[in-house]
Amino acid sequence: MTDIPGNISIRSSGHNRFGPVQYLVCLKGILVREGLRYLHQRERFISSLVRPLLWLFIFAAGFRQVLGVSIIPPYQTYVLYEVYITPGLCGMILLFSGMQSSLSMVYDREMGNMRTLLVSPFPRWFLLMSKLLAGVAVSIVQVYAFLFIAWFWGVKAPASGYILTLPALFIAGMMLGALGMLLSSMIKQLENFAGIMNFVIFPMYFASSALYPLWRVQEASPLLYKICLLNPFTYAVELVRFAFYGKIEWISLAVVCGFTLVFIAGAIIAYDPSRGLVIKKQEGGNN
Amino acid sequence: MGPDVELKTVHDKPATDASVPALELAAVSYAYGRRQALDNISFSIAPGRFAVLLGLNGAGKTTLFSLISHLFATRNGRIHVFGNDIDRRSGEALRRLGIVFQARTLDLDLTIHQNLAYHASLHGIGSRETDRRIHELMQSIDMSDRLHEKARSLSGGQIRRVEIIRALLHQPSLLLLDEATVGLDIKSRATILADIRRLVTEKSISVLWATHLIDEVSHADQIIVLNQGKLVANGTTQDVIKDTGADTMNEAFSRLTGIISLNAGGRL
Repeated sequence: MTDIPGNISIRSSGHNRFGPVQYLVCLKGILVREGLRYLHQRERFISSLVRPLLWLFIFAAGFRQVLGVSIIPPYQTYVLYEVYITPGLCGMILLFSGMQSSLSMVYDREMGNMRTLLVSPFPRWFLLMSKLLAGVAVSIVQVYAFLFIAWFWGVKAPASGYILTLPALFIAGMMLGALGMLLSSMIKQLENFAGIMNFVIFPMYFASSALYPLWRVQEASPLLYKICLLNPFTYAVELVRFAFYGKIEWISLAVVCGFTLVFIAGAIIAYDPSRGLVIKKQEGGNN
Repeated sequence: MGPDVELKTVHDKPATDASVPALELAAVSYAYGRRQALDNISFSIAPGRFAVLLGLNGAGKTTLFSLISHLFATRNGRIHVFGNDIDRRSGEALRRLGIVFQARTLDLDLTIHQNLAYHASLHGIGSRETDRRIHELMQSIDMSDRLHEKARSLSGGQIRRVEIIRALLHQPSLLLLDEATVGLDIKSRATILADIRRLVTEKSISVLWATHLIDEVSHADQIIVLNQGKLVANGTTQDVIKDTGADTMNEAFSRLTGIISLNAGGRL
């Protein structure tokens, strides 16, 4: 066996670190790629709209007479049930989109595409955040497409609400996208994603204020009410609901921001090669 | 270098000196739970060298590549890419690495240009410079007319060639190829080997080529043989043949890995 020299002198080369322009180039590249993938998957766009529209057109119409909504903030008068569930349906789009991003990350990992991202010389937290931002941008486009159709259905918020709700959609989207990213680090195979539907998406959606006000839940089941209060999705929906009327629900804002930070930190740790198990899970048997 | 030799601390500084190894591993070990995938691996590759990492399936080649490319953290031992510790200065080290993974990693729904531009952005390269490099590299493999076709329309060999171009796009100093020709026909394999040999000479970069195909070592300046996670040979083809007392590389490899014989094509 040929030995290699053990005593090597190395000079400092003064490599330039990436500047803000390079970071922006990288962010733009990730955003463009997610956008292109989204455009190539028309079925994804259509299904992301069909789901909330079915709830709006059929479920809400059917339950309008059954589920009365009293005057509760931020509403100043009685509202139609369709109006009440619209913020919840926006949340639903963000929730499904966040999970869809998670699904796409698991798929990318299985197909190997994820590695091209993870071997970039940019810091891994930045790469993950860029991917998260790209996913949120795509989901916000979906929300506005839904709101556009809902407007023709007669579900209208104050004109300013459509602009004021954008920051709320962004923060809520970040929280749910980060949750999806964290979950993607825990899913070993694509097939396991069905479990996410049953154990994360549906419980989060139904045990929240998306479909019915919490006072009604409390009347029906105090336990379920407590569960709803522990559910971060409840706060995401309320944040969006209040934003439609130009109001900030501070508790919701604090809770959503807090959970966003926790989920992002969890995802960054999970994708850190020295701590996370993301790639190891996949390649444990392939050396 | 024996496994007990410690690397000098100066290795944590970046390097430009031509005498600094392109890649240096010192006492690297890795285990999946109780299963030891790599055991005390130490070797180095000089700049501009074409090194072949040879080993049977399961020898530890992909694990080694995952450690070098920082997909896994190095818990035991040290890895330096041009003097940059892959764990402590991963950004600097990754910037100097071009990687072609064993699995296909092009996005089949995007065009070749979109795939390449995405990679360039992951290295912070602006769009004008990206276009110039893409055009130049694609021309060098006579595929510039396919730039705006979807990756899905390419053959397996063409996908591999585009992946190699992609790995070179950010002008790395060390190219890692993990079983780059696996699953390809003889013609495609020959084309890819010729591409790599030519591009490496033109651009003066180092190569670490992992393979289990003996006939691919004829291009190598250096052979590194892994067997069951252990380094069993490291040197020129002549060194390895001489050290094992064999007459040919096929025979040397058989002795090193305990295989009785190889077929005529050198496949294991």
